[in-house]
Amino acid sequence: MCCKTDTNPDRVSALSVPLRRVLDNRTHGQRGGERNERGKRVTVNMTKGQAISLEKQGGGSLTQVRMGLGWQAAPRRGLFGKRTQEIDLDASAVLFADKQPVDVVFFRHLVSDDGSVKHTGDNLVGGAGQGGDDEAILVDLQRVPVHIDTIVFTVNSFTGQTFQEVQNAFCRIVDETNGQELARYTLDGGGNYTAQIMAKVHRVGSGWQMTALGNPANGRTFQDLMPAILPHL
Amino acid sequence: MTAELVRGQNHPLPDTRLEIRVSAGHPVLAGATLGDEQGRVPGAEWIAHPGAPSLHGVAVPEEAAADHRLTVDLEAVPGAVHRVSVLLALPGARGAAGAARFGAVAAPHVVVAGRDGTEIASYTITGLDSESAVIALELYRRQGAWKVRAMGQGYDGGLAALLGDQGLERPADVAASILETVAPGPAQVAAPTQRVPEAERVRHTAPVTSADPATGTPAPVTPSPVTSTPVTPTPVAGTGAPVTGAPTPATGTPAPATSGAAPSGGPIDYSHPRRRAATPAPAPEPRQAPPAPVAGDASGWSMDERLYNQVWGMFEDLARTAAAYRSACDFAESRLDRELDETLSDYRSRVGGANDSARAAARARHDELVERAQAVLDRDLAQLAAESAVVEPALPAAFARWDNPVWHAYRVPAEEPMAVRLGDLHLPERSELRIPMLVRLPLERGLWVDSGRGRSEAAGLLDEVELRRLALDSAVAHTARLLAAHPAGQFAVHVVDAAGAGAAALAPLVESGVLAAPPARGAAGVSAVLEQLTERVDLLQMALRGGAADALPPGLDAARQLLLVHDFPHGFDDRAVTRLRYLADEGPSVGVHLLMVADRQDASAYGPLLDPLWRSLLRLTPVPDDHLADPWVGHAWSYEPPVLPPGSTVLRQVLAQVAGARR
Repeated sequence: MCCKTDTNPDRVSALSVPLRRVLDNRTHGQRGGERNERGKRVTVNMTKGQAISLEKQGGGSLTQVRMGLGWQAAPRRGLFGKRTQEIDLDASAVLFADKQPVDVVFFRHLVSDDGSVKHTGDNLVGGAGQGGDDEAILVDLQRVPVHIDTIVFTVNSFTGQTFQEVQNAFCRIVDETNGQELARYTLDGGGNYTAQIMAKVHRVGSGWQMTALGNPANGRTFQDLMPAILPHL
Repeated sequence: MTAELVRGQNHPLPDTRLEIRVSAGHPVLAGATLGDEQGRVPGAEWIAHPGAPSLHGVAVPEEAAADHRLTVDLEAVPGAVHRVSVLLALPGARGAAGAARFGAVAAPHVVVAGRDGTEIASYTITGLDSESAVIALELYRRQGAWKVRAMGQGYDGGLAALLGDQGLERPADVAASILETVAPGPAQVAAPTQRVPEAERVRHTAPVTSADPATGTPAPVTPSPVTSTPVTPTPVAGTGAPVTGAPTPATGTPAPATSGAAPSGGPIDYSHPRRRAATPAPAPEPRQAPPAPVAGDASGWSMDERLYNQVWGMFEDLARTAAAYRSACDFAESRLDRELDETLSDYRSRVGGANDSARAAARARHDELVERAQAVLDRDLAQLAAESAVVEPALPAAFARWDNPVWHAYRVPAEEPMAVRLGDLHLPERSELRIPMLVRLPLERGLWVDSGRGRSEAAGLLDEVELRRLALDSAVAHTARLLAAHPAGQFAVHVVDAAGAGAAALAPLVESGVLAAPPARGAAGVSAVLEQLTERVDLLQMALRGGAADALPPGLDAARQLLLVHDFPHGFDDRAVTRLRYLADEGPSVGVHLLMVADRQDASAYGPLLDPLWRSLLRLTPVPDDHLADPWVGHAWSYEPPVLPPGSTVLRQVLAQVAGARR
């Protein structure tokens, strides 16, 4: 964690700085794909740039969702593994009220002030790459404050490797109440970018709905992604 | 929902027809005494025990067994009886085989259930040691209704001492005759009888007008010697004694001589005795209806720790739910501002009523959002208030408010608690919802009761003299609590009161004799106390750093020290101030703590030099003040100092106990 503290402003300044960069005209890939139901599971296996809408199977509303992120640790290098070029991906969630960022959950602020969104903790090196979540963010949708209407999940490469260089990286959205995977993205071997705006969960009527976004972007932490996030709200 | 009681906690009884299930994991004798209003048992004929198993609506098993089922019909209890004490005794206590102390057997678990088997309350009697008899529960009348209280009152002197305590004459003889009835002998060794079918057993209890739970007919219970009340399968499963399993108390268990072995007549029950209450898995409740709160509903190794964690959990919950509410209100406010601005800047709408209606719509949107946020807040606060209502009465003395009855039963503890309560915290959203402010022991930093005016409103209304008096009063209350929290002789208090201005407020400490020495007066007294403590800290620090804790002089006591400083900096020269700062910095790590009662203004001559000292202390106030922040969100919480009930003598009583325990 120490390596991160000096490079990231603390939470308050993160929210109060005006969005510095104007929205760059990077292409966000084609949008509006269709439901892709490959495989036996109902999991929607996304290719980058697809946007789909999901509702809980059976039409009900989601109550608890988890965004999981996993990747394979870099191969050990150097005599004692000290010179391994560690790969550190970070999952973050930004809470919006009417397009205004209100709170953010990331490795330096693990629980949203209202307690509804929780990060399970920072993983600096990755895991076995066998499909397990190395970082996860849990959202208790029933406890999200009434004015929060959208929660956006993002993934950043803190150490700067592009997703091309990361092995077995994925992120997925899971319905935490029954463990069912709602959407999964494969990140590795992809394009030359260091971040992805994963998905948003937003209020529809009295319940919640999830829209998978999967838009590539560039940036070290979620702050850098703000301009890229805003068009998706 | 079963209420898991802690010692001393009471619980209302919705039903007068009760079943009390005991699982001890070891053969015990179960009985009940019927007492009058004062708790006195008039005679041996008012004791239900294996030799006289049924009595005025109370029926107890005839054998000593590991699992018991007692039945009580409170309506059949005579009007003169105000208290039914359920007692357990170890039959081996009289020299026969078997354990002679509860400390050597599993903690007995007692469940109070309604006649239909639904559990009302349960209680695990922990903390027993050399006792061989214990009052497990007490059922008592309170304003016409019956309640149950978890007692856990053990007696080293066994059943005789227990009965003697209830005012019985010749308790030893009575106890002996009771224990005789279950003494291992040929007559009592019940052969492992074959299992009697449930239906047949019901018929056996001939005089019992059985209340069929299904039909719900409230039939009066006429306890018979072989009381085995009809039970639905559910409660049986609940006791962990499977219907098809071990012999029930009614059919008899092997004599206690087998010393805790599983009843040979049935399969061995491998289930954990404490887990039994949890066996009937309650259907998961819908999220919308949170389960009834239970005290101690948090993780931890001991009840103290569980309550501590629960209180901190409530603290965090309140902070977070208030954060959600405030954030929603702020957002509603800012959106309203923006929308009002927009209507003003829209030239076209300025003419005509469009403007007004747009503004009304904006206001309506604001109000609607705030209303929804308020509804969520109210729901959460109601849940926390309900939790607080069960947690507060269950708190041990160190965590409890001074008006908690637990202080009247105060005894000097054998070991120090995890934490002490230094006051209450609340938020303006619901100022009556108070969170105990629990601070871990040993104190990590010194305390400072600010007798200055500060910025608080409440302090502004008081004159200076009054404020100083209140400050010293609350410092004395903190001191008394710290003294009460520590085992006898483990906490020494030194007082510095250079001008003697605090003599009246310090009187409870001085008169009860809990102080190490009379309050130090004058410059000489101040420097003597400071020098003594400085030397101590220096010595202990040296020993600690050198890893030579056993090389300390033998005369040095291991007690923690508290220095209560009144009227700072009166009587302090520069040298004394330096010593005080040394104590504040170096003292806490070796158990020397500081409690300052001071107004920063008085020490203004020192300029900024003392700022680090003030900052290193935990600031408390003698009047409500909002200067404390929580660690999660950083709200400003209103701190409420501890208040002794007016006219209460509890402080002096507690101090007298503390002083008495040292002798």
